[in-house]
Amino acid sequence: MEKNQNNILEEVTTSDYKYGFHTDIEMDLAAVGLSEDTVRFISAKKNEPEWMLEFRLQSYRHWLTLTEPTWAHIHHQAIKYQDIIYYAAPKRKKELTSLDEVDPELLETFKKLGISLDEQKKLSGVAVDAVIDSVSVKTTFTDTLSKYGVIFCSFSDAVQNHPDLVKQYMGSVVPSHDNFFAALNSAVFSDGSFCYIPKGVRCPVELSTYFRINAANTGQFERTLIIADEGAYVSYMEGCTAPMRDENQLHAAIVEIVAMKDAEVKYSTVQNWYPGNKKGEGGIYNFVTKRGICKGSHSKISWTQVETGSAITWKYPSVVLMGDNSIGEFYSVAVTNNFQQADTGSKMIHLGKNTKSTIISKGISAGQSNNSYRGLVKVIKRAENARNFSQCDSLLLGDKCGAHTFPYIKAENHTSIIEHEATTSKISDDQLFYCKQRGISSESAIGLIVNGYAKEVLMHLPMEFAVEAQKLLAISLEGSVG
Amino acid sequence: MLSIRNLKVSIKGKEILKGINLEVKAGEVHAIMGPNGTGKSTLAYVIAGREGYEVTEGEIIFKGRNILDLSPEERACEGLFLGFQYPVEIPGVSITNFLRTAINEQRKYKGLDPVPAVEFLAKMEEKKQLLELQEKLASRSVNEGFSGGEKKKNEIFQMAMLEPSLAILDETDSGLDIDALRIVATGVNKLRRPDNATIVITHYQRLLEYIIPDVVHVLFDGRIVKSGGKELALLLEEKGYEWIRSES
Ligand SMILES: Nc1ncnc2c1ncn2[C@@H]1O[C@H](COP(=O)(O)OP(=O)(O)O)[C@@H](O)[C@H]1O
Ligand SMILES: [Mg+2]
Repeated sequence: MEKNQNNILEEVTTSDYKYGFHTDIEMDLAAVGLSEDTVRFISAKKNEPEWMLEFRLQSYRHWLTLTEPTWAHIHHQAIKYQDIIYYAAPKRKKELTSLDEVDPELLETFKKLGISLDEQKKLSGVAVDAVIDSVSVKTTFTDTLSKYGVIFCSFSDAVQNHPDLVKQYMGSVVPSHDNFFAALNSAVFSDGSFCYIPKGVRCPVELSTYFRINAANTGQFERTLIIADEGAYVSYMEGCTAPMRDENQLHAAIVEIVAMKDAEVKYSTVQNWYPGNKKGEGGIYNFVTKRGICKGSHSKISWTQVETGSAITWKYPSVVLMGDNSIGEFYSVAVTNNFQQADTGSKMIHLGKNTKSTIISKGISAGQSNNSYRGLVKVIKRAENARNFSQCDSLLLGDKCGAHTFPYIKAENHTSIIEHEATTSKISDDQLFYCKQRGISSESAIGLIVNGYAKEVLMHLPMEFAVEAQKLLAISLEGSVG
Repeated sequence: MLSIRNLKVSIKGKEILKGINLEVKAGEVHAIMGPNGTGKSTLAYVIAGREGYEVTEGEIIFKGRNILDLSPEERACEGLFLGFQYPVEIPGVSITNFLRTAINEQRKYKGLDPVPAVEFLAKMEEKKQLLELQEKLASRSVNEGFSGGEKKKNEIFQMAMLEPSLAILDETDSGLDIDALRIVATGVNKLRRPDNATIVITHYQRLLEYIIPDVVHVLFDGRIVKSGGKELALLLEEKGYEWIRSES
C-alpha cells in the first residue's frame, strides 16, 4: 500500500512545469558582473537623483564586507555574483498610454498566465502594476486611486515624483545593512512597486503586482515599499509565475511595510517561480527580505503567502510590533516538490505593550524536497502582556522528503504568553481510499486533501487570489502529488 | 447486479476469505451477519477494490463485468458505494466540496459535464431533509469532530447524493442510538429502488427490524455458512453465533 502511494506521488510530481515558457522581447542589458560601475549604470539608466545613487553605493560598499548567510537549512552551489547581469529592461520607444501600445508578445505572455491586463481591468476591478523584469510596463487604475489620494506606482516613478516619501521610508524597515541579500538589493534593485495610502483612507481596490522573471541570466531585484498612514487600510497582492530556464536565477527582493496608528496592511503573495526540473537542475533562488513595522498603536500587518515555486526559498516575512496594542499575523503555505528547498517562517518582534501575534505555517513536502519552518518570537522587557500563538504543521507526501521546524522564542517579559503547537502528518492510505471509493482519482484526492490542510491559510487570501492559489496547490503537486 | 464466485482472499499470505459465493439481484437487500473478525469488512473492501488484499481465486462480476482489474475509483464510478465501518476524517474539506468533487468526477467518467451549482445545491437540500440532517452539517469538514452517529449518517447522506447501483453498508448500525438508527434505516428504505441493491453488513439483528432483508447470510471464518430469509437473523439472535460454530 505504502509503495503504491509513493508511486502515485512520484508520477504526479514529475509533471512538467506548466507555466514554463519564454517570451522574446528586446532587452536593454547591463554588462555582466557587479562593480561600482554597474551600480552607477543602473542609477543612470533610471535617471536617478544623487541621493538615490548615494544610497546604492553605500549599500554596495557594505555588501562587499558581508558574506552569504549559511544558517538556513538549504544547500546550493556557490552563486557566482560576477556572472549575473544586474539590469535588464524591456526596450521601449516611447511612453505607453494604452494597452494597445504594449508589446503584443508581452500581452500574449499575460494571456498564457491567465492574467491579461485587459481582463483584469474589466473583470476584477483590480489595479495592476505589472512588472516584467525590471521596468513597470503598465499601470492601471491610477485615476481611480488618485481620487482617493492613493499613490500606487513603480518604485522608479516614486523616486522621481515622490522623493520625500521615498527618502523618509526607504530602508527604515529593512536597512541596507540588514543582511547580505538586503545589501545586494539596496545596491542594484531594478524596480518594484510603491504604495502610499493617506490618512483615514480605505483603499477601494485590492492592489496587485505581477512579477515575472523573463530574461536569461538576469538577477531580479525588486523593491517594494508600502506606507499606510494613520487609520488607512490597504490589501496588497503579489503574485508571479516564471518561464522555464536552465540556469539558476537569483532573486533577492525587499518588501518594506509601514503601518501608522490604527492603520492596517494585508499583504498577500502567491509565489510560483520556476522550481527547477525533476532532477533539481535550474530554478529560481529566492532570497527575500520582507518586513513590516506596526509603528503606531492599534496598527496591524498581516502576511499571507502561498509558496509553491523556486528551487530555493529563503524568506521570513516579519512584523516589528512597536505600537502598543498592535497586531502581527503570518499565514503561510509552503509546498516543496522534487528537489526544492524552502526555509521559511516569520519573525514577530514584540516591542509595544499588549501586542499580539499569530503564526500559522503549513508546510507540504513531496518528492525529495526539504521544507523548513524557521521562526522567532521575541518579547522585549517593556512589552507587557504580549501574546503569541504559533502553529507549525508539516504534511509529508511520500517518504523521501523532509520537514523541519526551528522555532526560537526569546521572552524577556514574564507577563507574555507564548504558545507553540506543531504537528507532522501524512496523507493516509485510509484517506486516499475513502476519496477513491467515492469516485475521486488519486490526483484530485491529493489536491482536495492538501487544499483542506491549507484551508486555514487560504481563507486569509483575497477571494480571487484564493481560487488561483487552490489551483496552484493542486498543479504544483500534480507533477508531484495530485 | 453482483455475483461473487469462489472468492478467496489473503492478507499478507494469510487466507481470510475462503471461497465466497454470493448472488445479489437488482431490487434486493441482503444482510451479511457474523461475529467479529470473520471477514465481513474484508469482503466489503475487496469488492470496493482496496489495495493490500490478494485475490488468489475467484471473480467478482458487477453489472455483467469482472471488476477485479478496475481501480477503486472506477468501481465507484460504475456505481459501487461503500459505507465505511470507520469513516475517515478529511480536515478542512467541506462535505459540500467533497461531494461536488465526487459527483463531478463520476460525471466526467460518464462523459457528462459538471453538475450545475443550482441543481447540486437543490439535491443537497432534498437529501439533507431525507436524513433529517442539521443545516450546518454540509459546511463542516468531512467527518472531522463528528460523533459516531453523525459519521454514519454522513455515510448514508453521501450514498443518497451519489445514487449508487449497489451500496455496501459496513456496520452502519454500530454506534447509533435508536433515533439515529431509525433515521438511517428510513433513509436506506426510501432510497431503495427496483434498479439498485443494498448489502447490509451487521452483527446485530437490531438493524434488520428496520431494514427488512430479502436474504440473510451468515459469514463465519471466511465462508458463507448459511443463507436464508429474514427469519435467519432472528434465529441467530436467539441462539447466538455459538450455534453456527457447532453447526459448521
Ligand atoms: N490489514 C490487515 N492486516 C492483517 N490482518 C487483517 C487486516 N485486515 C483484517 N485482517 C484480519 O482479517 C480477519 C477479518 O477481519 P475483518 O474483515 O475486519 O472482520 P469483520 O469485519 O468480520 O470483523 C481478522 O482476523 C483480521 O484480524
Ligand atoms: Mg468489520
